[in-house]
Amino acid sequence: MKVLLAWVCVALLGASAANADLRATGDLGVVIERETGSVQIVNTSKPAMLSRIEGLGDLSHASVVFSRDQRYAFVFGRDGGLSKLDLLQDKIDKRILQAGNSIGGAISQDGKIIAVSNYTPGGVKLFDAETLEQLADIPAMYGDENKLSKVVGLVDAPGQRFVCSLFEGNEIWLIDAKNPRQPIVKKFKDIGKQPYDALLSADGHYYAAGLFGEKGLALLDLWEPEKGVEHILEDYGKDDEQLPVYKMPHLEGWTMASDWLFVPAMGQHEVLVIDKRDWELVKRIPVAGQPVFVSGRPDGRQIWVNFAFPDNQTVQVIDVKDFNVVKTLQPGKAVLHMEFSPRGESVWLAVRDEDRLMIYDTETFLETGRLPAQKPSGIFFSDRANRIGW
Amino acid sequence: MRLCFSGVILLLSTVAVADELSPQRQQELSNLLKHDCGSCHGLPPKGGLGPSLMPDALVDKNDAVLMDAIQNGRAGTAMPPWKQFISVEETRWLIGQLRQLY
Repeated sequence: MKVLLAWVCVALLGASAANADLRATGDLGVVIERETGSVQIVNTSKPAMLSRIEGLGDLSHASVVFSRDQRYAFVFGRDGGLSKLDLLQDKIDKRILQAGNSIGGAISQDGKIIAVSNYTPGGVKLFDAETLEQLADIPAMYGDENKLSKVVGLVDAPGQRFVCSLFEGNEIWLIDAKNPRQPIVKKFKDIGKQPYDALLSADGHYYAAGLFGEKGLALLDLWEPEKGVEHILEDYGKDDEQLPVYKMPHLEGWTMASDWLFVPAMGQHEVLVIDKRDWELVKRIPVAGQPVFVSGRPDGRQIWVNFAFPDNQTVQVIDVKDFNVVKTLQPGKAVLHMEFSPRGESVWLAVRDEDRLMIYDTETFLETGRLPAQKPSGIFFSDRANRIGW
Repeated sequence: MRLCFSGVILLLSTVAVADELSPQRQQELSNLLKHDCGSCHGLPPKGGLGPSLMPDALVDKNDAVLMDAIQNGRAGTAMPPWKQFISVEETRWLIGQLRQLY
């Protein structure tokens, strides 16, 4: 009898705990705390920290993708760590060290494959999203001497494909992973000097890599890859003085708002507007510093821009209607990242040197909240699970 | 003579004090090293887009080479010049920090 009672008690306790813990994944986000190698799981609808997960290694350049059911977050760490977090149970589900030095990753269209881009050894590796078992190793070999290149700008593309760029190799690779144990790689060579990052249009149609070693972007049309890579904006501002670059721009989160594409200008205090019908430069918008992220609000009406050192205390907002800066904010020292709510009524900022996250209303530009975080560097909301190329 | 001698010592020690970085500036520079240098070199700086800055990676590079790389940047790479933001003295302190990391 005593035993039975105890069982009933346990069952009841278990039930009430389960109820208290009910958590909808569409509300969740992951915040990277770069110095401590930890992440916060946050609620994005009712801003609050839900938990902190530690022991994720070097997160000095970390990024996150989500499983399609939004239960799991895959964190790519600088030290080659690939950690699968269970957002419902606040714990590391699986973790492997898959390389010596890593820069980012992507999840396949069907959600079954994780791809990681590595600096050391330079290449791409594919993993089973459920078990993190390695499925394929694709060394980024280039040139006659078979050197390994750092791999940047890795994104998922429709058709179970991944696309990436080789920083030293000056190549773009289109990886068909329909059979993930035997991926087929199509290589595009001499695409321009030192591609440093890349982006995919929201419809998965265009892949564009920004170039560090020369002007412009390398553009690949994924609907017609047989046409090859086109070098666009080759000549713009080529006589302008190039400023030293204190932080590489990031192209993820680029915006195609109606007919325009907005990208950071390398070594200039400008955001470039490109007409995607002919890939010609439409306008160079002067801004407060060298842009790092040029992020479009989900509806495409606004572009939010943060900046490299020494101007990283400033954030500016461009109105897409007339390509003008309409707001300049000073949220605090070292604004490293911006993430919009799924439909864009609010935006979260990671303010590293102030140890906080700040939330702004994107219509009124008023601060609506702030949360403590230790040296936050990246904010990733679970709605990314449903976007191509993020 | 003795007086003159102690005067020299006094002068030397004053210079030494003037060269010491304030704790606040050391804190700022540490932060810069961890986070702004770290955005390319890693945290700890085991390398990223930029090479490793760990003591074993720097062992065959003398201070003058490191001073030049930090102050003036390295042409043909992504390393920018920092002299606008960090003095020679501060750079020397940073190099000292790098050589004794961990």
